[in-house]
Amino acid sequence: MNERDREILTLFEAGNPRGLARAISRAEAGGAAELMHALFPRSGRAITIGVTGPPGVGKSTLSSALVKTARTAGKSVGVVSVDPSSPFSHGAILGDRIRLIEHFTDRDVFIRSMASRGHLGGLAGATGDAATFMDAFGLNVVLIETVGVGQSEIEIAELADTTVVVMQPGSGDSVQLLKAGILEIADVFVVNKADHPMALQLKREIRGMMEMLTFASWVPRLVMTKAHEGAGVDELWTAILAHEEYLRTSGDLAERRRAAFAHRVRALVMGALEGRVDRRIDELIFKAGTSAEDPYRVAAALLAPLEAVLPPADGDRSARTPRPRASVKGLE
Amino acid sequence: MIDRASGLGAQPSAEFEEQRTRWEQRWASRAARRHEPGSGATDRTISDLPLKAVYGPEDVAHLDLARDLAFPGEFPYTRGIHSGMYRDRLWTMRQFSGFGNAKQTNERYHFLLSQGQTGLSVAFDMPTLMGYDSDAPQARGEVGRCGVAIDSMRDMQVLFDGIDLGQITTSMTINGPAAIALAEYVATAESKGIPRAKLGGTLQADILKEYIAQKEWIFPPRPHVRIIVDMMKFCTAEMPRWNTISISGYHIREAGSTAVQELAFTLADGFAYVEAAMKAGLDVDSFAPRLSFFFNSHIDFFEEICKFRAARRIYARRMRDKYGAKNPQSWTLRFHTQTAGCSATAQQPENNIVRVAYEAMAGVLGGTQSLHTNSMDEVLALPTEKNVEIALRTQQVLAYETNVTNVIDPLGGSYFVEALTDEMEKQAEDYFKRIEEYGGVIEAIEAGFFQHEIADASYRYQRSLESKDRIIVGVNAFEKEEERQQIDLLKIGEEIERGQARAVQEVRGSRDSAKVETALAVLKRACADETRNVMPPLIDAVNALATEGEIVEAMVGVFGRYRETAIF
Amino acid sequence: MPSARPLRVIVAKAGLDGHDRGAKVIARALRDAGMEVIYTGLFQAPEQIVQTAIQEDADGVGLSILSGAHMTLFPDVLEQLKAQGAEDIVFFGGGTIPADDAAELKRLGVREIFTPGAPLSQIIEFVQRECGKRRELVG
Repeated sequence: MNERDREILTLFEAGNPRGLARAISRAEAGGAAELMHALFPRSGRAITIGVTGPPGVGKSTLSSALVKTARTAGKSVGVVSVDPSSPFSHGAILGDRIRLIEHFTDRDVFIRSMASRGHLGGLAGATGDAATFMDAFGLNVVLIETVGVGQSEIEIAELADTTVVVMQPGSGDSVQLLKAGILEIADVFVVNKADHPMALQLKREIRGMMEMLTFASWVPRLVMTKAHEGAGVDELWTAILAHEEYLRTSGDLAERRRAAFAHRVRALVMGALEGRVDRRIDELIFKAGTSAEDPYRVAAALLAPLEAVLPPADGDRSARTPRPRASVKGLE
Repeated sequence: MIDRASGLGAQPSAEFEEQRTRWEQRWASRAARRHEPGSGATDRTISDLPLKAVYGPEDVAHLDLARDLAFPGEFPYTRGIHSGMYRDRLWTMRQFSGFGNAKQTNERYHFLLSQGQTGLSVAFDMPTLMGYDSDAPQARGEVGRCGVAIDSMRDMQVLFDGIDLGQITTSMTINGPAAIALAEYVATAESKGIPRAKLGGTLQADILKEYIAQKEWIFPPRPHVRIIVDMMKFCTAEMPRWNTISISGYHIREAGSTAVQELAFTLADGFAYVEAAMKAGLDVDSFAPRLSFFFNSHIDFFEEICKFRAARRIYARRMRDKYGAKNPQSWTLRFHTQTAGCSATAQQPENNIVRVAYEAMAGVLGGTQSLHTNSMDEVLALPTEKNVEIALRTQQVLAYETNVTNVIDPLGGSYFVEALTDEMEKQAEDYFKRIEEYGGVIEAIEAGFFQHEIADASYRYQRSLESKDRIIVGVNAFEKEEERQQIDLLKIGEEIERGQARAVQEVRGSRDSAKVETALAVLKRACADETRNVMPPLIDAVNALATEGEIVEAMVGVFGRYRETAIF
Repeated sequence: MPSARPLRVIVAKAGLDGHDRGAKVIARALRDAGMEVIYTGLFQAPEQIVQTAIQEDADGVGLSILSGAHMTLFPDVLEQLKAQGAEDIVFFGGGTIPADDAAELKRLGVREIFTPGAPLSQIIEFVQRECGKRRELVG
């Protein structure tokens, strides 16, 4: 461990928030390996909640209210707020933090904003690391909040113990949302802006969709909230705790965490490979000039040295995808 | 086909068309000096509206003399709301003023009145504007800095000491706690024997623009609009000389909007209040005559003049044709103007005197009823006595020497001015449609529509400065190295804050606390009951010497506090 | 595989001042220059600003004050940065601040004060340079 990481670890172990903040920065820079080695064993005690949904539904307001409820219950909270980066300048204005303003002087609430930095999944690469560090730091609850565009809803489900999907009535998003994938990943559905005239209709639509599925074990709860007023947030907290309880008693927690672990290993490996594979492709194709061979041949040549090390590829990718929590009735 | 009788454009003769052709040829063959950054040459106004090099009859052919222009004092009031305008009576020279404690401001008021100012205008400090007493933790460092600290009715009595409130009109620039300030003003006047019905003046009170631009809010929008309607009802019944609300575009412009946005958003806010009051059962003619407006006068000379004229025309048309007002006084848009703070520079501040003069002239040529001219040092601090005097003299030279006051709407009929006025009216109407699509002003605020438009406009403007498409003398052209400030600045000492904190504590210690408690409880009940009017309980509370902070806390307890979503 | 992380800057508004035009323009400009910007929102207390800077591991904090209360609020933030062991963070600002006040604030430890009219390019250049240095030091 180098000098700098040692410094960070010292601060971290002393419970100094600078230590946690700088550890997260190391993760964002891709240099957290040593710190993770030291700190990973201390993680696993926090409950991790993912909050996702389309832009504008009130996720941040809801998160803020949820933090408040958690605090009232005596829990310390870490929040990771993921915002999109500009594809042009790679800069970002990270604006979700502002919604959590009432918690800014609370020493037991640690808020970190992250830019997605072009990460394909929509979730910043270092999000999982940040959550682990917050956990290791001793925070009881870790909340990961992301805007649901692209595949980030799926990703969040791979990282969190409990996934909360927030929707709002009358936006036309509901149909979009209830596309395959979202329905299966939500542990709790939230219909925010519950006083909207179309709120009940959305509730019925969600229930209707759920009717078409058989759930493996946990049946997702549905909560109506008015985040601005704080209404329904206690019910949401109760639903989250109920899910956590279910995970513990059913043994699903261990499995889910194993899947999350696998997901993170995959992300690290693929991330590392991507750059190096690209450089090889550069050499093989761009620098060597036009090839007479077809793409399959070239790809096979690239992979050849790995043949000895990895299991054979086959068509079945089912081991990668999360075990479905639900399946369509009649097609199980 | 141009109707010679009713149209603005004369039927061009063959010779005129020949002249036009020759001009166009010469213009086209000229080497383009246009668009060189730093040249000052442009085909657009500061708000990005397109400009032609020369305007002619074809640009106004679609306008109708009787319908679109008429006469001063005649619907639609494009040329002015009074038939005589400044020939009958000059605009009110109303310099916005306030700093430190009530005693210091009172001295400044006496000075201004002695120098020929014709109306008072109160600037409050940030804690007062935001609803905090001078000893609150949030007030730290802010007491008396950008206005006068008024914690209770006591302070207001000192503020107007020796001034006959029955003779002078007062404008109070306050929004979140406006109802409280009004209550304090009424109580103060009555304590000096002046009945409320005699009081004349204006309360800014326009909360919608706070959510959009100035950000001096306290309660959320819907309860606050209810408070405003309560004030309107109260004033309509008991204070017939009082202008209940000054619907403002000044701050929207200062926040970075374009002139069209300022025009459209301000009028949209105004119409929202009209609708709210009508919904609450008020007859439009009972309150509309007392609505007033407040605009910015920025440096693009003609654009501002056209903006003011367009505002009058749009307002008259809507009030009569959409809201069904019958009283001509309900159709006339009366407004106060302030020269643009955001056009002033810290570099070579003396140049601001010149900017203010041009902006003041635009306000006058645009037909304003009242005018505040900024002092040259306002970019850096509150103005010194000397600088505020120069600002006042600027108005006096304009009024007495330039002769622009003696012909009414002298620019009326100009091809350029009429064409641009019409264009601005059209663009404002486009904005009204977009706001309606959101469901109204409050819904558009909640969706961040206005804030988004303003943030974009101000960013574009800043970039145009960086690229030198827009020039500001002394800032990105004609700069001087080693700029050293030679001007004297007004300094507010720390003892003001300490003194004021002590004073408010004294007020709390020396009054009948039981009376205050009762008054606040009554106030809270009135707030919670939409059928009750909050003004009478507010007046009782200020008479009992409840402080502003205490009253605000009581009201927040019922209405809640507003939290904004930051829009970039 | 350490990679270049964008610079992180807090843009803050303190006290009761609601004029956020300048702060928002600067936030956007810094973003366009490739930085990650966290905007604190209005009406922040100095403790809140510094807690935010620490949690976000900011390289710099820019404070904008147009209400005249700068001689209280800037020193308060400096004090908090010192108390939390965060003096490495580049603290700068702007607003309606006369020259002699600006000089005093710099003497107290504020790295730079930008007066109204300062070109964005100048501000961006300062932030890139100074925050870049801080980043090198702290990592």
